[in-house]
Amino acid sequence: MRKVTFPHMGESYRTFKMLLNDLGNEVILPPRPSRRTLNLGVQNTPEFACFPLKILMGTYLETIEMGANVIVTSGGVGPCRAGLYAELHKKILHDLGHPVEMIVFEPPRLYPFNFIRNVYKLNPCRLSIKAIIECIKRAWRKLQALDNVEKATHIIRPRELKPGATTKTYKKVLEWIDKAYTTREIIDAETAALIELDNIPRDPERLVLKVGIVGEIYVLLEPASNLEIEETLGNLGVEVERSMFLTGWTRDNTWKETVEGLTVKDAAKPYLPELIGGHGRDSIGNTILYSKRNFDGVIQLAPFTCIPEIVARTILTSVSRDYNIPVLTFFLDEQTGKAGMTTRLEAFVDLLRRKKLQAPDNKLLTASTF
Amino acid sequence: MKAYLGIDVGSVSTNIVVQNEAGKIITGLYLRTRGRPVETIQAGLKETARLLPENTTICGCGTTGSGRYLAGVMVGADVIKNEITAHAVSAAHFVPEVQTVLEIGGQDSKIIIIRDGIVTDFAMNTVCAAGTGSFLDQQASRLGIPITDFGELALQSNNPVRIAGRCTVFAESDMIHKQQMGHPLKDIINGLCEALVRNYLNNVGKGKDILPPVMFQGGVAANAGIRSAFQRALDMEILVPPHHDVMGAIGAALLAREELGISKRSTRFKGFAITELAYQTSSFECDGCPNACEIAEIYEENRVIGRWGARCPRWDIV
Repeated sequence: MRKVTFPHMGESYRTFKMLLNDLGNEVILPPRPSRRTLNLGVQNTPEFACFPLKILMGTYLETIEMGANVIVTSGGVGPCRAGLYAELHKKILHDLGHPVEMIVFEPPRLYPFNFIRNVYKLNPCRLSIKAIIECIKRAWRKLQALDNVEKATHIIRPRELKPGATTKTYKKVLEWIDKAYTTREIIDAETAALIELDNIPRDPERLVLKVGIVGEIYVLLEPASNLEIEETLGNLGVEVERSMFLTGWTRDNTWKETVEGLTVKDAAKPYLPELIGGHGRDSIGNTILYSKRNFDGVIQLAPFTCIPEIVARTILTSVSRDYNIPVLTFFLDEQTGKAGMTTRLEAFVDLLRRKKLQAPDNKLLTASTF
Repeated sequence: MKAYLGIDVGSVSTNIVVQNEAGKIITGLYLRTRGRPVETIQAGLKETARLLPENTTICGCGTTGSGRYLAGVMVGADVIKNEITAHAVSAAHFVPEVQTVLEIGGQDSKIIIIRDGIVTDFAMNTVCAAGTGSFLDQQASRLGIPITDFGELALQSNNPVRIAGRCTVFAESDMIHKQQMGHPLKDIINGLCEALVRNYLNNVGKGKDILPPVMFQGGVAANAGIRSAFQRALDMEILVPPHHDVMGAIGAALLAREELGISKRSTRFKGFAITELAYQTSSFECDGCPNACEIAEIYEENRVIGRWGARCPRWDIV
């Protein structure tokens, strides 16, 4: 019996589960990456490979234990080694004695036949093309709902009166969206979720800082890999806006590039006219756009040894100076300790708060400046 | 007399200062943490209480350093602040026009860039602790030289040897290699100072705009050899403030004063009586999810006053 699994990326698994089930697959849900996942991943991957390779390897081994034998993942084009990880994972897993089948999705815009072939492989129910499109549309709506609800928590968390209220409500409303099946139900669940979040008591007077988050896709989208940085920042009174969501990224890479994607490319042009792989150019472009939108600061997240982000970081030094926007970089891997990150985040938030309060047009100078 | 207490619990040292309303340091203690922060804080507070003039009242208390949360719940701190902010505040307190702060402590080193009195950028060592106080300590004891004489010895050298400073293990091998070749000790030590400074400027200081006045603080600032190596490398005068080793604690005291001045609250400081209380720490592994967080707890007289290490709010004390 074929049992299908896929990488864990934030809350997106709820959508993938529904879509794969609809096409008639039995799904093994990937568990949230934990210390055990990391240990398994680190044991079975080269040390100098980057964090996503390790964490995904751990996830695959955990799901294989649970009975999975088909792995669906994404490939990639462009000069970033993550595009090869699916093949590498396959080789390592086969070496370890797990004869799993790997189904690798390349950007359909560039590889339409790969896309059709893969969908065919994952369609044991033999649904018609029309029915498949229906399923994908519904899954897409669910993914959007998940992203929209997550975005709302980023705005509400720094303003909440009772610490932890947003996270608690978020966990609850995610289940509502998870249960929704038809498009109607998904839209209703999303609306109910947004209303529920909006009902969290907030402090409208609080000085809230705005920070943009840029960097590599996996460490941005999987909170377990970035030590829940968004939640930590929210608790420090910072509204975060992440430059990448699965819906946005997918749109940029499936049919055609979006206006948003092209704007980022354009913004980065004076500093980096080339695609250097991964999301290096996006990190630069988005930092510039955040600065133009008067954000207080930017945090760059990157897996340790990630070349595109290392290049971006070097360039971000000039961007930070030219646009007068503070940038803090974290390189993440299994060695990253939360204590060190917290200290740096606290110091960064202090820096931003003081900078904001000293701005000439600010009337809040009487409040705590440090 | 009104006074403010600042406590900096670091990896190597625990520093306690008491400052009066005008910002003058009344007492300043530099104690070795020796892996026992709770005992060290209690001993330090006892000593501080003894040194204080009769009529002193502590009307504010701040903690900083890697042990800031532990110290904070023990003493009842009004502010618990990270080391970077604390060091920046104290540097600006002594030299208001300061633009760069170099700080090297026991296990971490930082650079803080300040413009017009505001921190505009900072960095901390990330992947490696080469070039921090612990390593110098270790080398001094290997060579049988008191750490206090280390810097003076380096200053006597005119011909520093080149030591690989990227990694402490390789630095040590390189030092041994140079010593077996017959280089004089003072030149090796001076070479080590230069290597550490080079490593610091290439890692922590990379891409930072280092402008004068530059202040050098933290325990390692006592080392004249490192200071002089910084001076040569940057071609700038390096200021070492008189209380360089307790600057973090001073910053914490200043922040407590500022905080209470704004919020108009009275202090939460529990008083020096806490030196007589029994504190106990323990830890356990949470079994709530596969993360298996290691939770540490601190008890004051059989009552839990603090818990750390969880990645979720399950063990938070409300």
